[in-house]
Amino acid sequence: MTAAVHSGTTAIREEKGSFAFKAFNYLVFVLFALICAYPFYYLIINSISSNDLSAQGDIRWLPEGFHLENYREVFQLPGLGRAALVSLGRTVLGTVATVLASAFLGFMFTQARLWGRAFWYRAVVITMYFNAGLIPVFIIMKTLGLTNNFWVYILPFIVQPFNIILVKTFVESMPESLQEAAEVDGANVFQVFWRIVLPNMTPILATVAIFSAVAQWNSFQDTLLYITDQSLYTLQFLLYMFINQAASLASAAQQAGGNLGSIASAATNQTATSIRMTVSVIVVLPIIFIYPLFQRFFVKGIMLGAVKG
Amino acid sequence: MTVTPAVDPVRPEAVQTAKRKLKGAGEPKAKPKSRKSFAMFLSIVPFLILVFLFSYFPLYGWIYSLFDYRPARGLDGSEFVGLQWFELLVSSPTQLKQIGQVMANTLGMSFLGIATSILPLAFAVFLNEIKAKWFKNIVQTLTTLPNFISWVLVYMIAFSLFSTTGLVNTVLIDSGLITIPMKFLDSDQNVWLTMMAWSIWKGLGWGAIMYLAAIAGIDQSLYESAKVDGAGRFKTMWYITVPQLMPTYFVLLLLSIANLLNNGMEQYYVFQNAFNKEYIQVLDLYVYNVGITGNSLSMATAISMLKSIISVILLLTVNWLAKRVRGTALI
Repeated sequence: MTAAVHSGTTAIREEKGSFAFKAFNYLVFVLFALICAYPFYYLIINSISSNDLSAQGDIRWLPEGFHLENYREVFQLPGLGRAALVSLGRTVLGTVATVLASAFLGFMFTQARLWGRAFWYRAVVITMYFNAGLIPVFIIMKTLGLTNNFWVYILPFIVQPFNIILVKTFVESMPESLQEAAEVDGANVFQVFWRIVLPNMTPILATVAIFSAVAQWNSFQDTLLYITDQSLYTLQFLLYMFINQAASLASAAQQAGGNLGSIASAATNQTATSIRMTVSVIVVLPIIFIYPLFQRFFVKGIMLGAVKG
Repeated sequence: MTVTPAVDPVRPEAVQTAKRKLKGAGEPKAKPKSRKSFAMFLSIVPFLILVFLFSYFPLYGWIYSLFDYRPARGLDGSEFVGLQWFELLVSSPTQLKQIGQVMANTLGMSFLGIATSILPLAFAVFLNEIKAKWFKNIVQTLTTLPNFISWVLVYMIAFSLFSTTGLVNTVLIDSGLITIPMKFLDSDQNVWLTMMAWSIWKGLGWGAIMYLAAIAGIDQSLYESAKVDGAGRFKTMWYITVPQLMPTYFVLLLLSIANLLNNGMEQYYVFQNAFNKEYIQVLDLYVYNVGITGNSLSMATAISMLKSIISVILLLTVNWLAKRVRGTALI
């Protein structure tokens, strides 16, 4: 009987401690999640609120003076529409190119018949572990005529050793009978790839595509290094300039606001703040939208990488 | 060149195919097969050219470190200066001081990163204690989001929250706590710590994902037997969950040691300004500042060449270490 009472009190004590722990644990995670999410929310509400209020920093919790003028006017800023096209173009083209290349190379490197297979595979994979350095690469890009050239966004990005490893591992896990059956039917290796292997690779290719698309969309350094021609600026680069060049931004704002002239009120007049916030939201919105949809592919990607890495 | 296919040690079935191929080598079919094998090779040549151009060919660029390279004159017109740039790096006290500060920044921030590398593990272990699945999912989605935005956007967020006219300063002024805005960004105070904080903000949730997946793979019977033995929540966390995650932690730790010198430049470039430059300049950013902004391409090549060589040595050392300790290599 005493034993029962005793165990009863420890159970209660444990429950109490457990409740405190649980509450604390939940609280910490709620706080950290808010710290991660609030900045995005802050950008969004400021881009749709009254511009004079947002310039004073008065928009903190809820949007006030809701309007969407900013999104219309920001595209009248010199270079912004063009930059959006460049960003979109490099993301689509770069992703398609690297997905196809990774699929093809990953498959080819599983084919024992490939001449010098092990050697070439190693030659490709080893490039993950060394880098000649920023400046030698810069000079080579210049030598190749890739500075101020749209293809500098695509070509160096096509062969990604990490993606190739992912695909190769995936193909190796596919049942061999699949390929063998096609070969018996007289298909050559390219037909096997195109008709049999490629359609069965979609899960891994989705992972590769989503990582590539995010990397392309977010890329900033290559514009900084290789591009001086303003018509090839990306959204990321333009945003960076908008943050740092308050003066040029103000004049750009006046230009954009000038289109509306007399009918514009203070609430919709473009300010440095409104332009920065709106461009930021345009830059981040695609990520926010696709991320929850594709989260499982990202997670799968990192896990597959962990197996090999 | 023989047509013998390379044998992949991890694929026993590859050996089988190889043997099959060898058996048929003497038969008349051998010739078309080798032609086919070469045709396959030709189809990957364009990609190999890309790899050569962007990964191997730049190694040739190391030669610029031996010249006084001026882009306008080309390599032929540039003067050969031998090891002048390497000597210059350590010759004058001012230069030595600058390099010393850059190295201190590089290693300081790398070590801060390593010191906080336990956080993702802790994040995963504690999140695992929460049973509500919907809550876990929301936390994971929100905390991994920052990983997928660019450093430019992180800087934009920092700017809108922490600049002199940013949210934090307006709130502090409105509440009467301060009268002059505080300089969070244009300041040489606590630069390493602020950079570390932004790295954590961006990377913590994502870093935890791998550990969470590892936790999901832990044999549940371990927990059950621990419970039978009377282990409470903290004991199971400490004696079962944490030890099971150690191998993953160890691999990541070794990789971060191999990357001691590779902080990357994007984060530091976007946050860089005249005030914090002294403490924010890591090796990668220094190379950029010297080479591109300062236009001393040869000097910058010399520095990045040294960096690349040291990094490869570090990686090989760590890899060797991993082989000794764990029995499996990292790469």
